[in-house]
Amino acid sequence: MEEVIKIRHLNKNYHTDAGEVNVLKSVDITIEKGEFVAIMGPSGSGKSTFMNILGCLDKVTSGNYFLGGKDTNALSRDELAELRNHMIGFVFQGFNLIPRQNLIDNVALPLVYAGMKAHERKIRAKEILKSVGLEAFGTYLPNQISGGQQQRVAIARALVNRPKLILADEPTGNLDTKTSEEIMQLFCDLNEKEGITIVLVTHEPDIARYAKRLVNFVDGKIQHDGPTALHVKENA
Amino acid sequence: MSLAMLFEAWRAMGANRLRTFLTMLGMVIGVGAVIVMSAVGAGTQAKVKDSIASMGSNLLIVLAGSMSSGGVRLGSGGVQTLTVSDATAIEEMDTISAAAPTTSGSAQLIYQSTNWYTQVTGTTPSYFEVRDWEIENGYPFMDSDVRGATRVVVLGKTIAQNLFGDEDPVGKTIRIKNSPYLVVGVLAKKGQSLDGRDQDDTAIVPITTAQTKLFGTQFKGVVRFIMVEALGDSVMDQAEKEMGELLRQRHKLRESAEDDFTIRNLTALANTAQETTKAMSLMLAAIASISLLVGGIGIMNIMLVSVTERTREIGIRIAIGAKQRHILVQFLLEALMISIIGCLIGVCVGVGGALLIQKFFPISIAVTQSSILISFAVATGVGVFFGFYPARKAANLEPIDALRYQ
Ligand SMILES: Nc1ncnc2c1ncn2[C@@H]1O[C@H](COP(=O)(O)OP(=O)(O)OP(=O)(O)O)[C@@H](O)[C@H]1O
Ligand SMILES: [Mg+2]
Repeated sequence: MEEVIKIRHLNKNYHTDAGEVNVLKSVDITIEKGEFVAIMGPSGSGKSTFMNILGCLDKVTSGNYFLGGKDTNALSRDELAELRNHMIGFVFQGFNLIPRQNLIDNVALPLVYAGMKAHERKIRAKEILKSVGLEAFGTYLPNQISGGQQQRVAIARALVNRPKLILADEPTGNLDTKTSEEIMQLFCDLNEKEGITIVLVTHEPDIARYAKRLVNFVDGKIQHDGPTALHVKENA
Repeated sequence: MSLAMLFEAWRAMGANRLRTFLTMLGMVIGVGAVIVMSAVGAGTQAKVKDSIASMGSNLLIVLAGSMSSGGVRLGSGGVQTLTVSDATAIEEMDTISAAAPTTSGSAQLIYQSTNWYTQVTGTTPSYFEVRDWEIENGYPFMDSDVRGATRVVVLGKTIAQNLFGDEDPVGKTIRIKNSPYLVVGVLAKKGQSLDGRDQDDTAIVPITTAQTKLFGTQFKGVVRFIMVEALGDSVMDQAEKEMGELLRQRHKLRESAEDDFTIRNLTALANTAQETTKAMSLMLAAIASISLLVGGIGIMNIMLVSVTERTREIGIRIAIGAKQRHILVQFLLEALMISIIGCLIGVCVGVGGALLIQKFFPISIAVTQSSILISFAVATGVGVFFGFYPARKAANLEPIDALRYQ
């Protein structure tokens, strides 16, 4: 299988007033193409820190992170930006849409930085908005739609540049149960039909059950890593 | 840079209209002030230049009376020291091309039912040469007119227009102090002098006619001043010195005695006036530029606020693939847009303001193309210069810090 993520002896320290804090402690993990991984763990155990490193948004203190075979330590800031643009789709807990731009422009933004022409961007953005069921809302502003709809737009934006990997840090954290289920169904479809690798952080076991593999963080270390006990299809 | 980025900058500006407007106002006022001030400066300069040109070139004036500690003593009293023959002697000097003895007084001019009160100057034909004054219509009077003290007159443009209207004055007869005078020529228009007088409001007659028939004088041949034209710019100082020596000799002044005349170098005076107005217009523009600078600081301030406010947005953009230059250009464009639009409005306000000033105040205004172009260049420079620091600050944000920013 093709390795999308390979991490070796990853340590992450933060400088604080109280001194150096070791947040991630010698983490080793490999995630292959097409996996759907849920990350769980108590608050403060380092899940978000880990996700930020996976997303090349933060630097490792020591160790190596290979993304799609490339050693991220060796890449410049702009090279990392390009890698994120092509490889990764982000879905955040707080949706993180750009408030002044309508949904089409929000979804098309990664394509702007990829250098795609304006009319092609628009076609692609509309197409992808349609696939998350929001084709009728293209010219709305983010504050004119519901939270669940905003998260769909965020997912559309994450998908627009056909990434290999989707990173989602508590994507359903701000949503009600029913909307959460809809969003998770969307992720499942992407994983199964398009083969996109998904890594997702959640606090809720019900959400984690949608994933195929479960990684448990405790105090900056991987305490458990294995198949999700109850797969969603067995529940259905 | 693409259209999308321009549009994006436009949208960001529109997001906080009042703030954008106030920031722009700084640029509007700055550019407007620069344009109005340089228009006033250029106008004054042009006016001074015209007046200087109208005076005649390489001009020296010899005044009767000495330069005592208080200034020039003039008047009908005891200082009748210059004579027509002094002028003739001066005219014969190597460094001098022409010298015109001049005397003047006021008189009423009448043509049919119209009359005009003006200054009448008595002089010789050299006067027209010294003053570089063209005859527009007709001829100047001749040396023979001076010798014969004939009743002929050359009219300034203002008088010609006021006495004759559309009629051709040449060949007509007017009355000055109840005697008939034949109009032989009309002078070309000269406009205002440096001190704001209308130089065309004058009538010129032969000096002998003025002295014997028009004003009458106790001392025949005495003149108030002599206007002298030197041969060239380079001999001005020499001419001034030699003329002084010649006059002292002619007036038989002893070593110890003060000069009984005063020589003024009008070209030097004019140059000083020109330098002064140039310095003044530069200073005006400099003062106005300060407001442009303040406008620039306003842009920088608001851009810094904007970067801070939009830190999270910047984080999102970096996360989804914006490179440093994308962010840099985005914020630079915003700063540039504010300064350039502000500049455009400022140019309109400035030109409008200059026209208004010209309409309601007696000031010469000249809006120059260069002041508009320079304003644009400076405004663009200000936008880039003051926009660069905030834009770089945005572009250098660490993605994770920007995303976490509350
Ligand atoms: N910028 C930072 N500076 C210093 N310490 C930090 C910083 N960010 C995170 N930490 C610390 O690192 C630890 C892990 O934080 P992290 O956000 O990864 O936890 P988490 O597992 O995502 O928790 P939660 O479930 O509440 O989101 C915490 O103890 C936190 O205080
Ligand atoms: Mg977290």
